[in-house]
Amino acid sequence: MQKNVFKYSLLFLLLLVLQIVLLNNIRISGYAYPQIYILFILILPVGIAPWLLLVSAFALGLVMDMFSNSLAIHTAASVFMAFCRPGVIKMVAGKVFSDDTYRPGFQSFGGYSLFTYVVFLVLLHHLTLFFLEVFRFTEVLHTLSRALLSASLSVIFIMIGLALLDRPDTRSK
Amino acid sequence: MRNLFRFIIRYHFFLLFLLLETVALLLTVNHQQYQQTFFIHSANAVSGRMLGVYNAVNSYFELQRINEELLIENTMLRNQHRDNFLVTDRQILFAGDSIFNRGYTYQHARVINNSVNRRNNYLTINKGSVHGIRPDMGVITNQGVVGIVKDVSAQFSSVMSLLHSDVMISVRIKKNNHIGSLRWEGNDYRRAHMTYIPSHVELAVGDTIVTSGFSTVFPENIFIGTIQSWQIRRGEVFYTAELDLALDFNKLAHVYVVNHLFKEEQDDLESGQEAP
Repeated sequence: MQKNVFKYSLLFLLLLVLQIVLLNNIRISGYAYPQIYILFILILPVGIAPWLLLVSAFALGLVMDMFSNSLAIHTAASVFMAFCRPGVIKMVAGKVFSDDTYRPGFQSFGGYSLFTYVVFLVLLHHLTLFFLEVFRFTEVLHTLSRALLSASLSVIFIMIGLALLDRPDTRSK
Repeated sequence: MRNLFRFIIRYHFFLLFLLLETVALLLTVNHQQYQQTFFIHSANAVSGRMLGVYNAVNSYFELQRINEELLIENTMLRNQHRDNFLVTDRQILFAGDSIFNRGYTYQHARVINNSVNRRNNYLTINKGSVHGIRPDMGVITNQGVVGIVKDVSAQFSSVMSLLHSDVMISVRIKKNNHIGSLRWEGNDYRRAHMTYIPSHVELAVGDTIVTSGFSTVFPENIFIGTIQSWQIRRGEVFYTAELDLALDFNKLAHVYVVNHLFKEEQDDLESGQEAP
């Protein structure tokens, strides 16, 4: 348990540094704004206490907002995404997991289910994020295209991240 | 009471979600109102300092280009120096000469955080209230308008970039003095739109757009860009022109903060006129 807390805290910091130093500076025609820090919410153990899931998403978003001058839109999007996570897991995995160290990955979910899981949650997060950022509905098509383009980039980055983190020695089943 | 607790425990996931989401949305909505100090911005002490360190490393790679820009600007300023003009008659004052009638002071700052890929972009600069920066000051470079100071901490300030949906600045077509307002509509960070140009005004590709100096934020005649195309949008009676911005926001490194010396006087007068 102690070891896990340390491991996840390290991942929390690592993802935020990666996002703030590297991805916040990626500018693809001023359109795409990929987010990798939400990988943290995706990879938390399936059996994590629901309140802990929400609180860590809140903390994650708040740090992002402090460094990217974005009011509290990352916080709102992350909390919303964390709220939807249990439902999406139930939907794609089709069963309820009991072991609380069981975490989403290629081995536990299988490639196809994992991909669906990531795509769903990333889309929910990005749509919330981009619409909150614009805060009006007059530019709806433009916002939508930005959200979708960024989401596809984010999914690619997150799948690579999950593949790297999906070591065979993690306890599963 | 027991039932209440049981209800809370039973639905704690949903209730906690509601609570946290409400907090986040309140922070977002409250802050949409222009200028309200709060700790979530990159001008606060912790994130400001960390971004400063990151930028200190990064800025070495920009030195070559910045030196060249500074040389060009120095040359231009040297050309304007008073010693270059022969003063034959002591009674002559040069119109707009800063030595006789000073309206603005400038202060230099380094950009330590910047973005161009959001709908609402901000910059962080390494000067704050101890250096005399106050909210609502304008920020420019020698190539154009950058934005308006929003939040200020002791050592840092965060600046709403021109690439922000709430920023609208008063601009003027240089050749015929017609005014309009400039707004970034979010697609390409090299392009912005000038609206409310009366339809009888004759426009041409390449017309120069400068600041009007009507607001108390920016001085007059700061170059912004050139007109590329124009049209009357459906349901409107004014031209909307598309501009190529002269300033490349992606390469910002050094900026000047403008201090309008008569800002309060003008603001007081203008707000007094509106009151009954």
